[in-house]
Amino acid sequence: MLQYITRRLLSSIPVLFGILLVTFTLARLIPGDPCRAILGEKATEAVCARFIQEKGLDKPILTQFGIYIMDMTRGNFGESFRLGMPVTRLLLERLPTTVELSLAALIVSMIIGIPLGIISAVKHNSWLDVGTMVWANIGVSMPVFWLGLMLAYVFSLLLKDTPFWLPPSGRVSPGIPDDTFYEVWGWIKPESGMWAATLEFTGRLNILNSLLTGNWKLLKDSIMHLILPTLALATIPMAIIARMARSAMLEVLGQDYIRTARAKGLRWHSVILKHAFRNSLLPIVTVIGLSFGSLLGGAVLTETIFGLSGVGRTLYEAITARDYGIVQAFTFVIAIIFVAINLLVDISYAYLDPRVRLD
Amino acid sequence: MTAETKPLTKLDAEGLSLESVSMWHTTWRRLFRRRSAMAGLVILGILILIAITAPWIAPYDPTVSMLDADPPQRIKARTAPCIHLLGCPEDQPQHLAGIDGNIRDQFSRLLYGARLSLMVGISTVGFAIIIGTILGAVAGYFGGWWDNAIMRVMDVLLAFPSLLLAIAIVTVLGPGLINALLAIGIVDIPIFARVMRASVLSVRETEFVSASRALGGNNFHILFRRILPNALTPLIVQGTLGIASAILSAAALSFLGLGAQPPTPEWGAMLGAERNQVFTAPHLVFYPGLMIMLTVLCFNLIGDGLRDALDPRLAHAS
Repeated sequence: MLQYITRRLLSSIPVLFGILLVTFTLARLIPGDPCRAILGEKATEAVCARFIQEKGLDKPILTQFGIYIMDMTRGNFGESFRLGMPVTRLLLERLPTTVELSLAALIVSMIIGIPLGIISAVKHNSWLDVGTMVWANIGVSMPVFWLGLMLAYVFSLLLKDTPFWLPPSGRVSPGIPDDTFYEVWGWIKPESGMWAATLEFTGRLNILNSLLTGNWKLLKDSIMHLILPTLALATIPMAIIARMARSAMLEVLGQDYIRTARAKGLRWHSVILKHAFRNSLLPIVTVIGLSFGSLLGGAVLTETIFGLSGVGRTLYEAITARDYGIVQAFTFVIAIIFVAINLLVDISYAYLDPRVRLD
Repeated sequence: MTAETKPLTKLDAEGLSLESVSMWHTTWRRLFRRRSAMAGLVILGILILIAITAPWIAPYDPTVSMLDADPPQRIKARTAPCIHLLGCPEDQPQHLAGIDGNIRDQFSRLLYGARLSLMVGISTVGFAIIIGTILGAVAGYFGGWWDNAIMRVMDVLLAFPSLLLAIAIVTVLGPGLINALLAIGIVDIPIFARVMRASVLSVRETEFVSASRALGGNNFHILFRRILPNALTPLIVQGTLGIASAILSAAALSFLGLGAQPPTPEWGAMLGAERNQVFTAPHLVFYPGLMIMLTVLCFNLIGDGLRDALDPRLAHAS
């Protein structure tokens, strides 16, 4: 097992290199002159020449790539010219929103999706199965942006002045104290470095932060703001997970060893959980891993609709505005998170199915 | 469904006779017995019909503003739907889905939108499935160096959120429907490659594959005649979701203004153009989204039915 994990870790180095290559190339392939895109249409030739020299854009492309790799591995993500601030700062500011949203959506979709899938497979063709699958089919067919807008319409406009009203946008209502846990606990945050970044990042995870500081007002407000985006974002993964769980369970339940297990008198629920569910986990885990893609992609849309300044929306705005610094750094960081998740999925394969380890 | 519960169906009888029944024939028959799959086929049929007959059944031109029409009509932008049957005064012109922000008949635009969505879903997934399946099969079957090389490239592609990668590719290629399709196709390849590889891995070590190899079957024969048919079921399930997600992604790109450009009547673009009016003119957001959902839904229903119909274990089990 350890050997397998080491091998997988080593084999993700080329992937990381590939990601660096892709982000580097993408940022240079985006059409348009970087100087004019960053400094504006009115930049003169002389200004542009100096800009290009300063940014090292006149060096050979391989040298540029080398410098780029060195910078990235040191966590030096450069500056956003449009917003005039270091990209690392921006990342620390925007990432927590997205992390909170995607984690909430993933947890909701797993907690509801997996049991629904198992139950409908076990009660195959019952009204419960049919109902779940009709619902799952509708859920998986739902455009995130449409669902988000409709949810906002229903819960913010139609249900106004009822207890079910939910805020249509933003992360926290104005005026609610959101002191971070390290301020409340009297910890001193260093000026810069890993520890400062960690503190800042965790401090911006509103729900965690409000739990740590016992700030119930902030907790309630954050959750209220999070419900609609989470619902919009979780619907598709939830439906996909439920479908895959059902399909995988049906596949396994048709196997001979299930019949054997039942025939030797094991209790039905232990057959389902220990024999069937564990063997159907492989495709379920795959689909949960892949769902992360739709989650972060969906985050662009959800964040746009619900007015959240998260990573997805920032990246989308940066791509359309050709803000190279943000594009490179944000894509890189998101990609790193993805590689880590893919790695986890692969390792869980080996854990779940010993045959995979032996190849 | 009811026929399946009988101990011996007509199919078995046919199977016992000398007349051979092809897999696709039985699949087709089983598919027809499923209500959800039938519902999907009916919706798809209606959508195809709408797509073909749009020029004849659409009451107005989908791209021309009524201010420019002859004679010019004095209608306010974003008027709510006016349906005579539901009590809209007879003296007002009927607009089943209301008027959009550029004073065009929303209903006509919705009808024309069916053409684009169907084309989008089928072409992108076709492209992604062909390439993804071949790559995944080669990686899973040959293992070793092949597996590493192919799956690392796939991992790099998968390492980006699909919509963000599609957005990035479209930004490089330039906004437009064809570029959006290409981007979505490329982004979808790894999904099929992974599914294919996973099922090849699970089948590769089974006895019938070893038997086929022992009997002298070459790699090509084993891969395409022995393994591929057994990997079809997950591929079809994923393929259905693929068409769904392709249509959704294309709509999302158009929603963000990177796909179909105005005045093309594309549902995602129509929704995106009016998204800030959701509180004042919800009909302009509701109907295009509903159409996207129905289109995606019908592919899901058909695929789900196909999944059950294609699985020999389910044929007589339930």
